Amino acid sequence: MSKGKWKLSNLYLIAVFAVLYAPILYLMFYSFNSGGSMREFEGFTLEYYNEVFQDTRLLIIVLNTFIIALLSAAISTIIGVFGAIAIHYIRSNRPKGALLTLNNVLIVSPDVIIGASFLILFTLAGIQLGFTSVLLSHIAFSIPIVVIMVLPKLQEMSGTLIDAARDLGASGWQVLSKVVLPYIKPGIFAGFFMALTYSLDDFAVTFFVTGNGFSTLSVEIYSRARQGVSLSINALSTLIFLFTVVLVIGYYFINKRNNVRPGAKEGSL
Amino acid sequence: MEARARNLYLIPYMLWVVLFVVAPILLVLYYSFFNVEGQFTLDNYAKFFTPVYLRMTLSSFWYAFLITLFSLLVAYPTAYLLTRTKHKTLWLLLIILPSWINLLLKAYAFIGLFGTYGFVNTVLELTGIGNKQILFTDFSFVFVSVYIFIPFMVLPIFNALEKMNPTLVYAARDLGASPWMTFRRVVFPLTLDGVKAGCMAVFIPALSLFMITRLIAGNRVITLGTAIEQHFLVTQDWGMGATIAVFLIIAMALLMLLTGNRKRGLIDIVKR
Repeated sequence: MSKGKWKLSNLYLIAVFAVLYAPILYLMFYSFNSGGSMREFEGFTLEYYNEVFQDTRLLIIVLNTFIIALLSAAISTIIGVFGAIAIHYIRSNRPKGALLTLNNVLIVSPDVIIGASFLILFTLAGIQLGFTSVLLSHIAFSIPIVVIMVLPKLQEMSGTLIDAARDLGASGWQVLSKVVLPYIKPGIFAGFFMALTYSLDDFAVTFFVTGNGFSTLSVEIYSRARQGVSLSINALSTLIFLFTVVLVIGYYFINKRNNVRPGAKEGSL
Repeated sequence: MEARARNLYLIPYMLWVVLFVVAPILLVLYYSFFNVEGQFTLDNYAKFFTPVYLRMTLSSFWYAFLITLFSLLVAYPTAYLLTRTKHKTLWLLLIILPSWINLLLKAYAFIGLFGTYGFVNTVLELTGIGNKQILFTDFSFVFVSVYIFIPFMVLPIFNALEKMNPTLVYAARDLGASPWMTFRRVVFPLTLDGVKAGCMAVFIPALSLFMITRLIAGNRVITLGTAIEQHFLVTQDWGMGATIAVFLIIAMALLMLLTGNRKRGLIDIVKR
């Protein structure tokens, strides 16, 4: 490749990266602005960070968001892992294919549809909109993701491992806890992690099923952003960004540790 | 594994399938046959085929198409150039990183960037072009949407390019094909699956975006997603909202059938 071409291609990549990161850096930069707006930078201040930490309502919402994320990720991981094991051991192709299709419905559905249909479901079932409905819907849309992350690991596992365990006298439970689960552990972690980020990231579904009293961070940011610019949102987003970076780095290393097939790993990011 | 144990594992999962996958779809379908007063009617469907809703559907598809097209135009070269870099996994991770940041925050950042006194307008003023209304226009809507979807387009294309056997390109060149010819006849056809997966990952969510239309397009653009949200949460006309949802589900199913090859695409779609 000629030198000029090399420069042009690098320039293109740099431009893409610049555009991708500009809004995030812009937000972070103005979170330190004492001027109180995203127009002119007047001076450095940590006032808005202080404001975020003083705002008990906001802190409760942050706490709620994390509780929902951790609980929904944990529960959906348990249901998803057992679901994946069950699907894996279905021998005939047709029910297996049908189950996989059903599994993927929630992954490809737009959030608005998931939100609207869950709203109908909860209203009919008499579940009050709030913590329970948000938690249930987060569990619901995380399960298929866990299944998708765990299934490849199960397919990778050689059936002879289980036969060997059986021959050596292991009970059904022992096979599961001593052989199967340890083998698919990387997939379980990846699934848990994905469920966590999905839950933290979700806005649309939560927006539909959240009702009046309960709010998560995304919904709160939405209602604040609709009222216009407030630099405490900037401060908050800077904190969230740093947290996200830590999470991503964590995920990267989890993935790196169980990096068996690079293609599969990148696909799941 | 014994069938009994397997069935035991299957119970909670099947419960989930029935309650949260099958039931919601059936409920949406059921509700689409009722009007605001709760009477059984086909009015909602009749209403959907009036010019107002048809135009909205059409414009929704048009915007989704534009967003997908521009995402592809930006993402393909990006993915292609990424595969040529030294630390490609790291670069790919850096491309993906913004997609892990809450969508709302990115939309909010653009309110600042595109605002009347925002960064972009300051630059425009300095270059002599002058202040322009950027926020609340079609342009800002498409731009921000493309911005948000680019990582989901880059990822599957990158994977497809990585999978391709590089010797094929050398062979094409040896046989005298120009770089453009090589791309058009060898590289692009071989990465078509990735392109399809990427388009799926962008087009379907783009059809149903709603908070971006609110925050960035200032309600000027009404997509199917906005309409559903409006009917469910503002006007409380669940029947009409459900009817639009039914059409969106049908469109989605058709798209999935058309593009086929779902298995590969799905893993890429996982992180939407």
